[in-house]
This record gives sequence, C-alpha cells and structure tokens, in this order.
Amino acid sequence: MPEQTEIAVDKEIDARGSFCPGPLMELIRGMKALPVGGTLAVLSSDPGSAKDIPAWIQKARHEFLGAFPQDGYTRFVARKAH
Amino acid sequence: MSRRIVIVGGGVGGTITANLLARHLAPNEAEITLIESTGSHVYMPGWLYLPFNHVNASGEQIVRRERDLLARHVHHVIGEVDGIDVASHELHVHLSAGRNEIVGTGGALEAIYTYDYLVLATGARLVSSDLEGLDGTEGKWHHFYGTQGALQLRHALHEFAGGRIVIAVGGIPYRCPPAPLEFTFLLDEWLRKHNLRSKTQIEYLFPLPRVFPIESVAEVVTPLLEERGIDYSVFFNAEQVDTERQIISSLEGEERPYDLLVVIPPHRGAKVIEDSGLGDEQGWLPTDRQTLEVKGLEGVYALGDATDLPVSKSGSAAHFEAKVVAHRLVAQIRGEQPHGQHASYDGEVMCFLETGNSQATQLVFNYEHPPRPPRPSQYYHMEKQLFNRAYWYLVPQGLV
Repeated sequence: MPEQTEIAVDKEIDARGSFCPGPLMELIRGMKALPVGGTLAVLSSDPGSAKDIPAWIQKARHEFLGAFPQDGYTRFVARKAH
Repeated sequence: MSRRIVIVGGGVGGTITANLLARHLAPNEAEITLIESTGSHVYMPGWLYLPFNHVNASGEQIVRRERDLLARHVHHVIGEVDGIDVASHELHVHLSAGRNEIVGTGGALEAIYTYDYLVLATGARLVSSDLEGLDGTEGKWHHFYGTQGALQLRHALHEFAGGRIVIAVGGIPYRCPPAPLEFTFLLDEWLRKHNLRSKTQIEYLFPLPRVFPIESVAEVVTPLLEERGIDYSVFFNAEQVDTERQIISSLEGEERPYDLLVVIPPHRGAKVIEDSGLGDEQGWLPTDRQTLEVKGLEGVYALGDATDLPVSKSGSAAHFEAKVVAHRLVAQIRGEQPHGQHASYDGEVMCFLETGNSQATQLVFNYEHPPRPPRPSQYYHMEKQLFNRAYWYLVPQGLV
C-alpha cells in the first residue's frame, strides 16, 4: 500500500546494484551500528535479499517491518529490538 | 611527452599491471613507478598450507623479492604511501631507509611522487580490533592470514591433543572466500592422519545463511562437511570473543565454546585509503565494475582487494583486473579506444577450492554467470599444486 512505503527510518542504506551478499551484510552492519529502537531501511535489487534479509532479522530477533517493492528494487525495513 | 604512471602496491595486481605496462609502453610514452612498503612479494595462497607443515616457511614457495619480479625499467620504490592528494596528483611517501637507491634526495626519507595516472592496488588489511576481544589477546586465538599467524597456528596444532576446534569467519568481505573452508577440510585430514580426529570436535561458523557466499558452491561443500562429521552454524555473525572463558558469541545471540579458535579477522581497506577519504566506510575504493576507474576521479584506477567490487577478494580477480587496467591505461595514454578481450572487466574469477584428501574443485565465474563447481577430484588438486609452483615464473611477470 502506498503509505507503507513511506515508513520513516533513522538510516537508509542504498545497496542497489550490489550483489549478494552485499545487501545482507549492509543490513547486518547497519543494525549493529543502530541504537536500540532505531529503524533501518536497505534498498536492494538482488533477488536473494527477499529470502535472506527477513530470515536474518528473524534469527537475530529484531523486528521486521516489511518488504516494499519499488521500481526495480525492494525496500526492506527493520527495527532494532535489543 | 612521457607520462608518469604510479602504481601503489606490490601484490599480484600491482606487479602484473607494472609489468604489462612496461611491456607495452615505450620509455618515451611513460615512466612507470611501483611503490610498495615491504620489498617482498608474498604468495598468499601458500599460507593455507603452513599450519599443516606442507611448506617450508622460509622457502621460496611463499615469498620472494619484489624487485626480482619486476621488469627492469620499472622504477621500484620501497616505502609507505602515507598521503594521497588527488587534487594535486601527489603521493606522500615515507621511504624505507637504506633499501632504495636514492639519488638526489639528500638522504631525506620523506618524498613526494607526482603522477599523471595512478593505480591503487593497496589491498586489504586485517583489523582484529573490529571484533571485540581479539585486540591485545593475540596468542589466545589463531589465524592463517599471515606468515607469523600461520606459524603460530602450526605450533598450536602440534601441541593440540584433542578438544573443540572452532573456525569462525569474523566479517565479510574477507580475502579468498574458499580459504576458511579449505582450512577446515585440511584440518580434518590432518587430525585423522595424527590419530586425533576421534578426540576432536570441529565447528565452522559463517555469517551468511549458508556456508559459502555463492549458493552453487555451498551446495557442493555442505554435504562434504556433513560426511566428515564437521559441524557448522550459519547466520553466525561473530560479535565477541571471550579469550578467558574461551567462548565466541554472535549478534544473533548464540555462543560457542572452544579449546582452539581459528578466526578469519575482519578486513578493511588500506589505512592510507581510509585516511585519504577516498574509500567507503570500510576503506574500499568505489570502483567502476567494468572500467575499474575509481568513481569520480580522472586517471585513477583501482584493482584487487582494494576495490568495493562485488567479486571475490582474490589473486585471481586481481590478475584479470590487472590486464584490463593495463589495457585501458595504454589506450588512454595513446588516445585510443579500448578494444578486444581486455577492454573491460566482466567480473571474471577462477580459483580452486581444496576439499582435503588430495582433492579439489574449481570455481569459474563472472558477473553474469555463477560457478558450476565440478565434483572434487585429484585432477583439480594437482592443478592447484602445479599453479602454486608455476606462479613465480609466469604470473607476476604478466606472462599468462
């Protein structure tokens, strides 16, 4: 839904054009640097991200706020839970 | 008018580039200078074998003098580049005392080299402080990403009488994606040979959702780990090493105890790249995937481990990239259009993956095509052994 793509985040990482494992590692690095409660978005055009990114966020017990398809890429949003 | 080309870095990428340029450009077209900080050229794939006593550390397999590998008319400078000023096309260099034939500097150790074209082949460095618990505790954990480290690990293995060995990849990217797995397979073989395997638990820890970045390779090696009773954990992003309690813990909230820990330390780009502001957050140079020019800079190229390219940090990538950089530089100097096989880099990498018991597989891929690794066999192992030896006569010189 249009309004959901506009979730404001504390930090946005543009990993478009970067290959696996680029976007996933950018997310992991970004989450590491975030304060607890902070939100992060990673933009990825890599098809592997659709599976890998939500899977890692779940494993690391953070909050997955959604994957929002855009034109040629996807915006993955997460909140650091601990 | 002779253009000044300066290459920073004496690894495989920098050395091949210098030699190819020297072969194709006449002295009145270009003056070629290579600046590197140690005087030595290291064949890094040799480190993998050191802990298992396969190679004599002081022997010629691992290290040779850089000067011996360079074409005669390449100017070789041994020194530390401690500043890069792209606006004035200047490099600040701290020369290594007594090791250079220095004429006319009046004995001064600080020098400025100006360039028309710059090739940054500055590589990667290990930053153990990027993983909490590693800094200051050297000796309580091990690695084989350096001669000293590999020799210390060899010593530790010889003292090892059984227990839990953990191999952890401490960050991505790191040099040579296959190496940690190769080490694990060779370790398994070594322990069996020394009647220690039944007394040892081996676990491999990796940050990604599979044991190797590329899925087609992970599919070949995962069954081999399982066959040999080697445990593995994926999505293990190492966060802290407690060398007192001997526990490594992850961002994902997991812990693993160990008796002997082998870590692939976190990597970053060279310090001078970080300090110069040219690199990204991890010190990697933003590089065009095809032309290998550093983004936003005129006449500056990057290759090898120093780039931010989504290819394996490997000698192989550096080797293929060097051919492209040399070709494009020659074309640029002559005012010609790059053409043919080496006009641009297509992400090509070719490397081996040892799977133990004198077997190996081969990974051949580029930006468009992932590898389809063949079933491991003695053939590829022998090919790798042959390459290890033939390297010194064919590769740095730019002959293949």
